[in-house]
Amino acid sequence: MKKSSSFIKSLAVGLATFLVLVVFAYGFTVTNINFAETRSERRMASLTRILRALAHPKIFDYNFETVNVEVPFYLGCPEGGVEPPKVDRSGAFILVSAGCAEPKETIVIEGYNFQENSAGPINFIGFSADAPDGVPIQMGSFQADAQGNFRVEATIPNRQIKEDPQAIRAIGRVRVGAPMISQEAKVTWDKIVETVFMALLATTFGTLLAVPISFFAARNLMVEVKSPLSSIALSLIGWALGMGLGVEISRLLTHFQTAFFSSFLATLAGAIILPILGSLLARLTLFNQNKEMDLRFKSRLVNVLYSLFAAALILASILFLGKLLLQIGAYLTPNKDVPLYFLRKFVSQVGEIFTILAPVVAVLVVGGIVGGFFGQIGQTVSDKTSPASSKVFNLIVAPLAGAIAAVLILRGLDWFYQFNNPAVTLYWPAGIGAAIGLALALVVSSKQPLPVGFIIYGIFRTILNGTRSIEALVMAIVFVAWVGLGPFAGALALALHTVASNAKLYSEQVESILSGPLEAIQATGANRLQTIVFAVVPQIIPPYISYTMYRWDINVRMSTIIGFVGGGGIGFILQQNINLLNYRAASVNMLAIAIVVASMDYISSVLREKYV
Amino acid sequence: MLEVKNLSKTYDGGVQALRNVSFNVKQGEFLAVIGLSGSGKSTLLRCINRLIEPTGGQIVWDGQDVTAASQDEMRHIRRKIGMVFQHFNLVSRSKVITNVLAGRLGYVNPMLSALNRFPKSDVAMALDQLDRVGIKNQAYKRADELSGGQQQRVGIARAMMQQPAMILADEPVASLDPVLAHSIMQYLEKINKEDGVTVLCSLHFLDLVHRYADRAIALNAGELKFDGSPADINDEKFREIYGKDAERVG
Ligand SMILES: Nc1ncnc2c1ncn2[C@@H]1O[C@H](COP(=O)(O)OP(=O)(O)OP(=O)(O)O)[C@@H](O)[C@H]1O
Ligand SMILES: [Mg+2]
Repeated sequence: MKKSSSFIKSLAVGLATFLVLVVFAYGFTVTNINFAETRSERRMASLTRILRALAHPKIFDYNFETVNVEVPFYLGCPEGGVEPPKVDRSGAFILVSAGCAEPKETIVIEGYNFQENSAGPINFIGFSADAPDGVPIQMGSFQADAQGNFRVEATIPNRQIKEDPQAIRAIGRVRVGAPMISQEAKVTWDKIVETVFMALLATTFGTLLAVPISFFAARNLMVEVKSPLSSIALSLIGWALGMGLGVEISRLLTHFQTAFFSSFLATLAGAIILPILGSLLARLTLFNQNKEMDLRFKSRLVNVLYSLFAAALILASILFLGKLLLQIGAYLTPNKDVPLYFLRKFVSQVGEIFTILAPVVAVLVVGGIVGGFFGQIGQTVSDKTSPASSKVFNLIVAPLAGAIAAVLILRGLDWFYQFNNPAVTLYWPAGIGAAIGLALALVVSSKQPLPVGFIIYGIFRTILNGTRSIEALVMAIVFVAWVGLGPFAGALALALHTVASNAKLYSEQVESILSGPLEAIQATGANRLQTIVFAVVPQIIPPYISYTMYRWDINVRMSTIIGFVGGGGIGFILQQNINLLNYRAASVNMLAIAIVVASMDYISSVLREKYV
Repeated sequence: MLEVKNLSKTYDGGVQALRNVSFNVKQGEFLAVIGLSGSGKSTLLRCINRLIEPTGGQIVWDGQDVTAASQDEMRHIRRKIGMVFQHFNLVSRSKVITNVLAGRLGYVNPMLSALNRFPKSDVAMALDQLDRVGIKNQAYKRADELSGGQQQRVGIARAMMQQPAMILADEPVASLDPVLAHSIMQYLEKINKEDGVTVLCSLHFLDLVHRYADRAIALNAGELKFDGSPADINDEKFREIYGKDAERVG
């Protein structure tokens, strides 16, 4: 018994070993592993050349003084030989061991009277009808000694034999003056700054988005959110209506602004008066310290109307402010050569962000207000009516909500797939959505709280996991296609990746908070927002800071290579330099990357230690 | 004023933590809830303000059906029910005063409070409550810099900020030493006697029950085994509550 089992065991081990071997053998083949290639002389030579170049980053540059010395030379000895050329020995000169030679023959070249320590190439110059000035082919290089003399052996290139004299030329270079920062180093500095800022912007904006999203992706917060069908359905309808209303409001406001208030003074006045009005209204109503929790329908309706009005005012403020900044920015930047151009341009860039943001905010805020209010109505219906009447209510609103949701989703998909067919984008989804709504209304008991929170959590998690699994490099390719080559595309890609990764990490932190304080705050009668602000936020601040630092670190690393796909930053020129075989410049780029990444690593670890 | 009728709670896993528990509490009473670990004391207290959803029965408080209240109505009800916890449940990284002010969250404007802005009167009240429990000078320290006894006083101050008609205290002294335990119990007693706040307090030590409670109810495996004056807990009752092999100490 024991023996046979141990036999089977060793058989299994043998089989497993064999399998592992097969897998690795296959792996070696598909990855083209070729050790002979790594040892070949040609490869070794190019490796040496690259490594040596890399070891000499071209940070400094010098001015050179150059001396050209040339002697005539025959490729292919003519019959009777050649006269030794007359050499002017007053300055630097070279002597060649023979005045003529066959291709591939080795000759000796001696140089005298060069500047001490000068160095440079020795070229064979081929003259022809096409190239009367001669085509240089490097035969070797020299390094003069302290007396300015040298002696080198060089091989004649394998060229066609010519009757006419060709030439051998030595070019002696000597550094003059103090070292200067090289052009390559300057470009590297520009690009590394660009890289760091790309990472900074991506981290900042990505984090701003990731924080709110992380709450929706946190299981412990979301599973508690449960609503009866009536509330879900009405809230869906409310969101759809509210988002439509938001679009209309922002369109109207924009129209209004461009039509009547486009002059600078009017814009300025609007940008000052509207926020004041908005905050006054808010202080009197929504932010009124004396207002108590009031559950009556009438006061809620009034509240919603106030909120909508305040939202419209805030929206108008954002819009006017944006337009104002755009106008100021345009005034400040008549051309690109004004001093502090980037600061002036920033004004109009902020203005642009505001104007882009306004409709988005409008849709979300108005949608949220109306959706929330409708949801409350639905909740009240479920709380206050008999099971039978809320069932009837559900039977009406659930199909409606289902139809609306399905049509909206298909509208979104239509943009991708361009069905251009009302059957696909309207009738079918409306029918199916309504059917699902109806089925739900029939199946679930009318007051049963459904786990909406969990469903939203699931949707968010799925989207985040999907987005996260796409590397920033790949995203950058899409963004390059959208906004063109350059750091903007890279920053967008990194920002999107930051949103996905950090929202996930953050939400895990939310999930690991202590539930005690949460419970205690809920017990005081706090609402959901207050619970998050008072019980959740204080607990997650340290890990959030730590993860943001970590991401900023990762983003700096990523931004150094995102240029490989056209995303701007230092990677862009690094790749260029490598392609142009300009290894000494590439070496400067790599050095810069190493310094920046290492110091980021250090800074972020120090900061993280402080906060955890 | 608090009526609990046939209250039951079965957890998702199938544990029956409460079975048909019924009792009444009069306004201004100090009621102790006793029972073995796992008998359902915490579950009972949390069902009363619906931090845990009961699965059966009814709770009526001040004429209002708590079990049927909507979420918003529930928040309205919770404002008037303070809660004190065994592990204090303070937000440890927040300041003491912020923890105490959190007791006002059901009253103040939610928008403003989300920006951490409270009315001046509330801030004054918070300092008063801290003064009452003797730690006004710690108001601007971080909550986790305080000792256990001090943290529980913050917990009591937070509950008192709700101007509660009732306080639910879930083993408020179980993580404190006996001397501190008495001082915390005395605060609760003071609140009960001076402010007329009803107190429901789960306790592990019978001497505390005898010393502070007007009345006691006892749970065993989710069932109500005793309801009466602490003085009436004789040896037979004791074994019924705590099991046959239990021995009285102290
Ligand atoms: N969230 C939960 N999910 C499932 N079962 C639970 C949960 N909370 C408590 N229980 C179970 O319910 C029963 C009663 O628990 P409860 O915490 O109310 O007891 P307790 O009397 O407060 O105990 P202790 O004195 O130890 O605090 C126990 O059997 C416990 O295991
Ligand atoms: Mg307990």
